[in-house]
Amino acid sequence: MAPQTSIGPGEGQLNLVLWDGYADKSWVDPFTATTGCKVNQKPAGSSDEMVSLMKDGGAGQWDMVSASGDADLRLIYGGDVKPMNTSLIPDFANFQTYFKAPGYNTINGIHYGISLQWGPNTLLYSTKKFPNAPTSWSTIYDPANKGLLTVPDNPIQIADAALYLSKTQPNLGIKDPYELTQKQFDASVALLKQQRPLIKKYWALATDEITLFQNGDVVAGAAWPFQTIQLKAAGAAVAETIPIEGATGWADTWMLATKATHPNCAYLWTKWVSTPKVQAMQALSFGETPVNTKACAEMEALSAGSCAQYHADAPGSYFNTIKFWTTPTATCDDGSNNCIPYAQWQAAWTTITA
Amino acid sequence: MAVTDAGRLRKNRGAAPLQTLLWRWPWVRPALLLTPPLAWFVLVYLTSLVLLLITAFWTIDTFTTQIVQVWNLDNFRIILTEPAYRLIIGRTVGIAALVTVTDGLLAFPFAYYMAKVASRRTQTILFAAVLLPLWASYLARVYAWILILNHSGILNWSLQSIGLPPANIGYTNTAMWLVFSYIWLPFMIIPTYAALERVPDSLLEAAADLGARRWRAVLDIVVPLAIPGVVAGSIFTFSLTLGDYITPILVGGAGSTFIGNVVYIGAFEAL
Repeated sequence: MAPQTSIGPGEGQLNLVLWDGYADKSWVDPFTATTGCKVNQKPAGSSDEMVSLMKDGGAGQWDMVSASGDADLRLIYGGDVKPMNTSLIPDFANFQTYFKAPGYNTINGIHYGISLQWGPNTLLYSTKKFPNAPTSWSTIYDPANKGLLTVPDNPIQIADAALYLSKTQPNLGIKDPYELTQKQFDASVALLKQQRPLIKKYWALATDEITLFQNGDVVAGAAWPFQTIQLKAAGAAVAETIPIEGATGWADTWMLATKATHPNCAYLWTKWVSTPKVQAMQALSFGETPVNTKACAEMEALSAGSCAQYHADAPGSYFNTIKFWTTPTATCDDGSNNCIPYAQWQAAWTTITA
Repeated sequence: MAVTDAGRLRKNRGAAPLQTLLWRWPWVRPALLLTPPLAWFVLVYLTSLVLLLITAFWTIDTFTTQIVQVWNLDNFRIILTEPAYRLIIGRTVGIAALVTVTDGLLAFPFAYYMAKVASRRTQTILFAAVLLPLWASYLARVYAWILILNHSGILNWSLQSIGLPPANIGYTNTAMWLVFSYIWLPFMIIPTYAALERVPDSLLEAAADLGARRWRAVLDIVVPLAIPGVVAGSIFTFSLTLGDYITPILVGGAGSTFIGNVVYIGAFEAL
């Protein structure tokens, strides 16, 4: 099924499944004014919920989804999203090379969606408890911090444990935290089971983590830059860091539903959110990094110093230090079928957090 | 007489056939009355439950989250053999039972006072006090408890200001037990009160006349007569706790997963 080769007139409506805040009034209103596409939003609470909503190609109800890397392959192999034509998105040429065809949304050169924004999973800590910034992820596995830690309630958290083990236990031979053999997977799960008694709460929503830090229930945890920005704005004594082991990260993609009923509005929308100005606005409002390199100047104009702060000007080599979320599959990089698929990640996560 | 009646009947048949029909076949009236609710019950309520039950014998391709329609007992085997699920079931049932007992112990004296001791005016005030919180949002009441129990909350602040160490029960199973007991208390008080109010005062007077002390009268007369109310209240508090998943998310900590939470997560895979 070849993607469309031109964008026709808008259909007047656009139905989006997205992360809360991904279609803010400040860039939706000008979009509707110029294209006539009225944007209807359905915020999702988790990647699993997004996959569930997009079942049966969006069933004609949803046109696009702002899916994160851990959901992308499930949507693609489930036949819920279809290829998109990158030549209809003029700003695609200005994207960071890494995000033009990342493995989680591009298969055999076919683009199943257009990259949007990304961010690292950082170590958030209380500057009162840690006057010197912690340098290692060992902070969230340290029994000294018992009952004062929080991590996301998400099976993909197993990759964070694997990333930590790849540096601290090199004999396990973990190269990619999303491609784990049974032995590597068991070691990561065992580490998380040890961590479980140290955890105050597994956070489900970003706002939960903000509340935990604000009330002093926790002093360190895995977070997104969004929480740090919100907490700092509220006057909390916190800071974030990317520890020496590196970090996992998420990257979001606008994907087109197989049964989209408003494809022209969908393309117009993708074109609009890829422009430097809108990329910068979304980056600063949500606390994430644009994929469009031209957005750097726009970010500086909105908030001086923000381009470097968010690594929007990062060189290509920087993206080797961030291990971006992708759906774990049974097929390893070497072509063998020895890797643990996502289904088992989910099952293991239930036993870890039970 | 009989002939005249029959004649009138024949004449009426032309005028109001429906009425005649209902008179002829008395079962038509209840059938007409019951068909719509029964149809709703069978079609909407039972069918959906049966469909859900059938799905339990299928598996899901968790990668694409599509249902694979192959009959097997895998789901049941996992629930029975996986220790995590047994832990979750045990925790849910255990806390539900604890909440029921707590509410029973709190509600009985309260309901007894309301039904038998309080003046009419006090009774009205107490009734309002029990029912008024039900008008506030469930979420608002749970969030209020988070404000009380968290690290810098009112509880720890009060304890510290009188020189005691902080309790730190926020985000624990203890917090869940407290919040559940608070949230469902009215559902225990009301049926217990209704049962106690119907206990005739004359029985208590008779017991007193026969020399029974007050507590003996309560134990031998009031408690047995109040049991139906307490049982009704227990069914409410137990089943409401058993099915809840919001309170564990909000006030529970690590290791507060309920059956409802597993269902909630699983639903995204299965639906």
